Order: sequence, then C-alpha cells, then structure tokens
Amino acid sequence: MSELTEERFRERAEAPGNDAGDGTSAAAGGSISVQPDEFHHARDIGELEKVFELESLSVSYAGVPAVKEVSMDIYKNEVTALIGPSGCGKSTLIRCLNRMNDLVPTAEVTGRLLYHGEDLYGPKVDPVQVRKLIGMVFQKPNPFPKSIYENVAFGPRILGMKGDMDEIVEKALRGAALWDEVKDRLDSNAFGMSGGQQQRLCIARCIAVEPDVILMDEPCSALDPISTGKIEDLMMELKREFSIVIVTHNMQQAARVSDRTAFLMVELDATEQNRWGRIVEYDATEKIFTNPGDPRTEDYVSGKVG
Amino acid sequence: MSDFDPKTARAQVAIAGARGVTAGVLSDQPRKDVVRNGLFGSLLFLGIMIALAGLALLVGDNLIKGWPRLNMDLLTNGTSSLPANAGLHSAIIGTLWIMAFVILFIVPLGVGSAVFLEEFTGKESRFARAVEVNVQNLAAVPSIIYGLLGLAFIARGPLSLGFTVITASITLALLVLPVVILVSREAIRAVPPSIREGSMALGATRLQTVRRQILPAAIPGIATGIILAISRAIGETAPLIPLGAATFVTYDPSGPMSGFTAMPLVIFNWVKQPQEEFQVLAAAGIVVLLAVLIAMNSFAIWLRNRYEQRW
Repeated sequence: MSELTEERFRERAEAPGNDAGDGTSAAAGGSISVQPDEFHHARDIGELEKVFELESLSVSYAGVPAVKEVSMDIYKNEVTALIGPSGCGKSTLIRCLNRMNDLVPTAEVTGRLLYHGEDLYGPKVDPVQVRKLIGMVFQKPNPFPKSIYENVAFGPRILGMKGDMDEIVEKALRGAALWDEVKDRLDSNAFGMSGGQQQRLCIARCIAVEPDVILMDEPCSALDPISTGKIEDLMMELKREFSIVIVTHNMQQAARVSDRTAFLMVELDATEQNRWGRIVEYDATEKIFTNPGDPRTEDYVSGKVG
Repeated sequence: MSDFDPKTARAQVAIAGARGVTAGVLSDQPRKDVVRNGLFGSLLFLGIMIALAGLALLVGDNLIKGWPRLNMDLLTNGTSSLPANAGLHSAIIGTLWIMAFVILFIVPLGVGSAVFLEEFTGKESRFARAVEVNVQNLAAVPSIIYGLLGLAFIARGPLSLGFTVITASITLALLVLPVVILVSREAIRAVPPSIREGSMALGATRLQTVRRQILPAAIPGIATGIILAISRAIGETAPLIPLGAATFVTYDPSGPMSGFTAMPLVIFNWVKQPQEEFQVLAAAGIVVLLAVLIAMNSFAIWLRNRYEQRW
C-alpha cells in the first residue's frame, strides 16, 4: 500500500494540471494530455467474470430520453470508469445499476440490465435487495447527522448483520483507510470531519454492509487533490474485494484508477431541443487514452473539445 | 508612462487632484437617496415600535391592575363566586389535562400526515397537492367554527362524548393540527435529499429511512412546531365556549371524561363579572397566561436554535 501510495503521489506531482479535483483537461495544449507512467493493464476479457451486462439500456425522465441504447459489460474486480461531458448521462447510467433511479418517479428504464446473469429490472426483483448488494458513494459527501460510529453501524444494523458491531465498524473504517484518523473520536459528529474524511466515511459506510459492487458518482469532485489522492489509492485497494464503477469528470482520474473506460457523448436531435447521452467507445483504459478507436474520443481525451 | 516623473510639482498636483476626484466620487451619495433611506428606515422602525408598544401596554396594564392578586393564592385557590376566594387552580388543572390529550392526538396525527405527504406521495401527486391546499385553508379557519364542529360532532352527535376534557382536547387538536402538519412538513423537507439517498443506497427500506434518518434529523423542527401549536391551543377561548366550558366548575377536572374548565375561560368568565375585584383577578390571570405562553414560545425558540441542524 505504501509503495503504491508513494508512486501515485509522485505521479500526481509530476503531471501538471492533474490536481484539479473536478478539473477537465483545460491545460491540455492540443496534444493528448493524459499520460500516466503506467496504465492498469486490463486483463483479457475471456478470463473475466461479468458483473453487469447492459443490453441497449435506455433511460428517460418523463418521456425525455437521457441515455440511449448503452450496451457494455462490466467485469468483476475491475475499476470501470464512465467519462464524458456534462449532460451525457453518466450519472443517470450509474444510478440504473443499483436502481436508485427508482426513486425518481418519472424515470423509465428500457432495455436489459443483467447482474450476474439475473435481470436487475425483472418483475420479482426488490430494489431494496439490489441496493444491499450494490452500494453507492455520491458526488457530495453525505454523512448522516450522527456520530462517526453510528454512520458506519447504520447499514449493518438495518440489514440485521450478525457479529460484533465494534468489529464491523473497525473493519469498515480500516477498509476505508480512515481508522487511524478517527479511532479516538468515534463518538464525535461526522460533520466535524474534513470533506475528504467525510467521503471516506461514506465509503466505509458502504463497505460495512459488504456489498458486491461499489458505484461511485464523481466521488472526488468536491474534494481537494490530497483527499482525492487518498480516495484513488483506496479504490486500488478496494477493487481486490469489490467491483467498482466510477463516474468522473476528471479524465486524469479515469486514466489513473480505471482498468476499463467508457466514453459517453451528448447527442442532439435535428431540432437541437432534445439531448441525450450515447456511448461512443468502451475499451481498456490504456487504449482509450493512448490509441482511441473513435476520433470523438480522441478529441475529448486530448482536450480539444469538452 | 515612462517619461512621466511623479516628482515634479505639476505631477504631484495632478495626483492630488485625481485623489480628490476619487474621494469625491466614493463619498458622493445623492441627497435624495440619503433622505429616502432615512425615511424608509424610520418607517420600518415605527412599524415594529407600534407592534411592541401594543404588547408592552397589554402586559404593563394587566401587571399593574392585577398586581394585588398576583400571588400563590391565585394559583392554589379553586373556583369561587366570591372574588376574594377565587383562583385559577381548577383552570390550571383543566388546561393541563386538555393539553396532555391534545399532545397525544396531534403528535402522531400531525407528524404521520407530514411524513405521508412528504415521503410517501410523489411531489407531483394530485392527491398530495389537494391535501396541502386544504390543510392550508384549515389553518386559517376561524376557531369558533371548530368549537361548533366540536359541539355538533364530538360533544353531541356521532361521538357524544359530552362536555368533557376529551371533547375539548379533540376540538383543540383539530384546530391546531394543520399548523403541526405544515411545520412538520417544512422540517422534513429541510432534511436534504442526500440523506435519503445515502440511506436508501445502503439497502434501507423507505420505512427504515424515515424512522432512523429523516425523523431524527427533523425532530427539532417538528418539536418547535408542536410547542407553538400547543401554546396556541392553551390560549384559545372561542372554540371552548360552545363546549360548555364557560360554565362554573367548582371541582378540579380529574380525567378525560370529567367536566372541565381552562385558563382562558376562567379569565373570560371573570371579565364578565360586575365586581371590580374580579377585574383585578382577571388582570392577574392574564399575566399568568401570558407568562406561560412566553415561556413556551421561548422554549420553542431555544429548542430550535439548540438542535437546529445546519447542513
């Protein structure tokens, strides 16, 4: 872990413009700006277990399409990044994966979404059960107005998890690399923590219920570079146990942390009144950032557009 | 700029002049604006002074008039036709009984309605909107109407509970329920959606989310609303008059099915009496009632400030 941390911090320090928490690659001087020393080499698809299979998945709100016909497979123990400009439906898409969109009454999902081969939108599927297995970390840290301990213990308690609660909480906080910072003040209010700590608390809260997948919707966009670095390191640790899907505005972040990247783009209809997102390219992160197959992807990752 | 030498006398004069102009521009407020601002401020001040003067006059007048009777006897003496022996004891006990049952009714009904409207119906739902409009209208219905409702449907009619504590409680509960619902809704709405999402994303059901996250976070606001509702109910006289409470009660109310009286009613009764002594007594009673109300409202404000969650 420490070696990894050092390496990653160096990487960040060396790459100018990498520090912007929610920055786009505005600093890019025309050439491809994202060139980490090393990409995570996505393994061969053949040897990987599929977690999600999206088959022409479309989402609309009150009849207005937000994302159209997304087809992609998401693999186990990988970090999968969704990138693209604002309004391309990244967040909408990730919120389908644990049925958070069900909370929006007007949202309508069509197409198929398989989770370990099961239709996630099947008639017998209970969205509450889905969310127990597929956790989510949000853009803005949203700790509960309770103590640090209670924040983590909330999930295990409502799910009726067996075992010593103190141990569960400690394990989750260690898992989120937060234990050493908070072990002496578990009873203090979570609102007293820094933004980065709050976000790691939200991650701890999420892994405390031992999910299978963690969805992260721009988890670092409200954080400073150091906190961002810690969360990115954490993701590298977490993917050993969990599968991670991350939405990010920050292309450097996608390049640093993900194994596979999907690039989404906004499409307009002829009248330019309606806009929706569509997937342009989905491939190993290394390929997306060094040798993209679609010129639109190249323009985006090199900072020519967006 | 390069051939400009600030050391020359002419340049210094120029700089001084420029500074003077800048200072003039910065401090030059048109006279018209000064007058208007002053006038507007004074009018606002006058407005608040009139409101405060009304309150001060009421408290001061009653304090002076009622001073001779403001002692413990006022609180311990029961009802009597002799002004010298009359006190608020029965009325205070009656008010306590009535309020205990009012709380019992409005907390579950008010909070439950608010939770239902906020958490279990869609924001666009026609039903929720219809209910909302009606609740707002109900909050503005004159209190005597509730008294007549209580007379027709609770004291007599379908419920036929008679002229009892419980009748008064139900009537007053109906009267303040809209306030509780509106305030509780506001408190629940003030809990940010991110808390709901965070809870639901952990696999919590809607019920668990409401019970363990939303309600605890909204309790300070809800409690404030309930206290304000109760302090309104304590002071209400009109709806109790049709319920027979203005009658002369010589015993302490002893339970939900007991006959009753209440503080504002006893005061109302005293004011009607021809004897001068009763006027003094009424003034003293008004001071006690006001003191209770101010104490309750202050507690509500303290509660709100103390536990208010800043997101």
